Amino acid sequence: MKKIKYSTLALLGLALVFASCNDAGKSSNGALSSSAAEKVYVAPGEQDEYYAFLSGGYSGNLTVYGLPSGRMFKEIPVFSQFPTSGYGYSEETKPMLNTSFGFVPWDDLHHPDISQTNGELDGRWVFVNGNNTPRIARVSLSTFETEEIIEVPNSAGNHSSSFITENTEYVVAGTRFSVPVPQRDMPINEYKGNFKGALSFISVAPEDGRMNLEFQVLMPGFNYDLSHPGRGKSHGWFFFSTYNTEEANSLLEVMASQNDKDFIAAVNWQKIEEYVKNGGGTKMPAEYAHNVYDEESHTGISTMKKEVITVDPTKVPGSIYFLPTPKSPHGCDVNPTGEYIIGSGKLSADITVHSFDKMLAAIEGEKFDGEAYGIPILNFEEVLAGTVKSGGLGPLHTEFDGKGNAYTTFFISSEVVKWNVGTWEVIDRKPTYYSVGHLMIPGGNSRKPFGKYVVAMNKITKDRYLPTGPEMEHSAQIYDISGDKMELLYDFPTHGEPHYAAGCPAELLKPNSKKIYRLDENKHEYATLGPTDARVERQGNEVHIYMSTIRSHFTPDNIEGIKVGDKVYFHITNQEQDFDVPHGFSIIGQNTSEILVMPGQTKTSVWEPKKVGVWPFYCTDFCSALHQEMQGYVRVSPTNSNIELSWSVGE
Amino acid sequence: MKKASILMILGPLFLLGLYFLPLWNIMLGAPQYPEPLGMNIHIDGIRGVSEFDIQNIDGLNHYIGMRTLPKDEEMWEFSAFPLIVGGMIALGVLTGLLGFFRKVSYKWFFGWLLLMSLLGVLGMYDFNAWMVDYGTNLDPNAIMKLTNPDGSPMSYKPPLLGHVKMLNFDVTSMPAAGAWLMFVGMTLILIAGYFGWKASKTEPVLKATEA
Repeated sequence: MKKIKYSTLALLGLALVFASCNDAGKSSNGALSSSAAEKVYVAPGEQDEYYAFLSGGYSGNLTVYGLPSGRMFKEIPVFSQFPTSGYGYSEETKPMLNTSFGFVPWDDLHHPDISQTNGELDGRWVFVNGNNTPRIARVSLSTFETEEIIEVPNSAGNHSSSFITENTEYVVAGTRFSVPVPQRDMPINEYKGNFKGALSFISVAPEDGRMNLEFQVLMPGFNYDLSHPGRGKSHGWFFFSTYNTEEANSLLEVMASQNDKDFIAAVNWQKIEEYVKNGGGTKMPAEYAHNVYDEESHTGISTMKKEVITVDPTKVPGSIYFLPTPKSPHGCDVNPTGEYIIGSGKLSADITVHSFDKMLAAIEGEKFDGEAYGIPILNFEEVLAGTVKSGGLGPLHTEFDGKGNAYTTFFISSEVVKWNVGTWEVIDRKPTYYSVGHLMIPGGNSRKPFGKYVVAMNKITKDRYLPTGPEMEHSAQIYDISGDKMELLYDFPTHGEPHYAAGCPAELLKPNSKKIYRLDENKHEYATLGPTDARVERQGNEVHIYMSTIRSHFTPDNIEGIKVGDKVYFHITNQEQDFDVPHGFSIIGQNTSEILVMPGQTKTSVWEPKKVGVWPFYCTDFCSALHQEMQGYVRVSPTNSNIELSWSVGE
Repeated sequence: MKKASILMILGPLFLLGLYFLPLWNIMLGAPQYPEPLGMNIHIDGIRGVSEFDIQNIDGLNHYIGMRTLPKDEEMWEFSAFPLIVGGMIALGVLTGLLGFFRKVSYKWFFGWLLLMSLLGVLGMYDFNAWMVDYGTNLDPNAIMKLTNPDGSPMSYKPPLLGHVKMLNFDVTSMPAAGAWLMFVGMTLILIAGYFGWKASKTEPVLKATEA
């Protein structure tokens, strides 16, 4: 029976591939492709119109691209060690990767979301989630560096996450895997009815972006897949798609696909916030890391938090309702007016659209179809605004152009479908290459989208680029959506596995992007604020080298009196105050990575010399015409030697 | 003569601009400096056009063995010039007032202008001499010792006025806002002198009483 189902799916997929090929054949003529080239061509010296932040998936990092060119500008290390800059290797950044499980140097980064004010992008920060060891990170959009990471307790598979409310009041993190809360030793097959799904509301301080886990709603043990905020009239609500409402604990691909409908959970977070403010909720012991990087001390500090407020949703009547949604919905997207909640049943051909107004009316009229663990289930017909009969298969994610249209990705039929919000009619469809996951329109998850381009991020690459062995980067396509019909413009490889992206106009960020860190604001504990301040100090077997760099020398560059068994801290301060003049540092036998030090910054690399000798170090960033001369030596003597500690430059 | 004297009072006041606006500007652009480095020469010291330009110019100059740019206290000019300019403003306004009350003739106006021009030329001469010294008196242990095609050591003297290509840098030297205001002031005084001279011809009666 199962087999029959799958082969039908495959056949359907095949048929659509053929249909797609025909479409593509028709539209490919010379004149069109030359105009497409012009649309993505950013001439030398000119700049792109939009920034795009693509998640790196299993790279653990966030990548920055330009649109329409598809050029990658930067990889921002967030959850993964990054030897390119020394992130997660330098003493200052190691605390950023601390968790209640110890140092976790990797994660699976999924969903970037840019901060908003009044539902519009404000370009202060981008929030991202770590899926594996649940974490939320905040990346500054003036330094383009990770400033803060907070671990999410009672969560596992932090997937319906890092989406923000329309004034960035909260960044929301929902669990994909339900787990025992609190964690305990119990049989796996007692999952049903016992596991919980935590939805976490993390506040964001408006002045500096500092995050604090305010409360967790302990939901029934479903899988909370994706989420989006209400906006405009639905501000104050948050919507989470669910699957595995069957509460299966094994072979989920079958066992969790049995119910015809799962739910979108509508959460009135303002109501719960008030409940908590009035003393509601239960304080539960927990352990989770909160890591903050300070821009002036250039240092991250990790603190362990011990408590979290949990809320039993049945104790706050009227705060949560379930909207039945067919076929294991993945995407759960809200249109710019906040009226429609789009559920993409990933095993379905159709897209289900719920109405916020109808939802309120159904709540008012108590149009319930039973309940699940005390949470009312609204009648499907009562909340349904419409169904998009797409003709595609496997809808995943929808964004909006701000002109009344929606664009939905179809994973199985490998296409982007454009449809009208209101009439639910399909306007256009274009193939993707291949098996598109998510898509992104700059501002497409806000009240004010910039509907000029859509980027489709694909899961399968196959023959799109020159082959590079079995493992390839994922492909992305950019389409012009300014006209009635979408036009495929360009195809580019991405880094890691982008699951999701956020974009904004270049002008929103460009003027705020920092060029240097000011040396006179450097408050690093081990900063060397001028070459005369450079020195070497010994405390037992720890040696601290206060070293300055400027084109093109280290001060000091000759150091003697180091012994085997010492732990040597190179605290490097880059004295430059000129844009784009980093200096690097590496030393032979270093068991970490090099460090790349930006102008005005201090970074520390630890070296534990194991062999007697005279060992060179050098600058790893080509900093000037005399970069090759930027080097020095450390003399390492036997442990019992009497060589005095000494240092010099130019002697 | 009234009109001329008012201009003579106003003219020197334009020199007040020199206390907060630069006299001269030198910009250094290069392929890797799409936003050029620049220095503004004020009567009391050298300032960067952008905050860290001086530090960055010094950083580049160390390759070719140039000394660092002088701090305010390292050149007598930067303490003398504000006094000289102040003196000239006071002298000019006083001359104008005396003209207004018919105590001095228009010839004094031209006299002030002549003195100001002389000081200006001396200032330029001094500035140029400093640039020659700064651009040619190089550290013998310089990292890069470059020579002209004829074998003589390359000089890095910035131009007094106009543009030169110096290694990878395009160097442009121009009077800045403070100097332009000064030129406006001096032009007013030239006009003041002219009006005074015209008045002395058409108003002979007045001229008699003036004497």
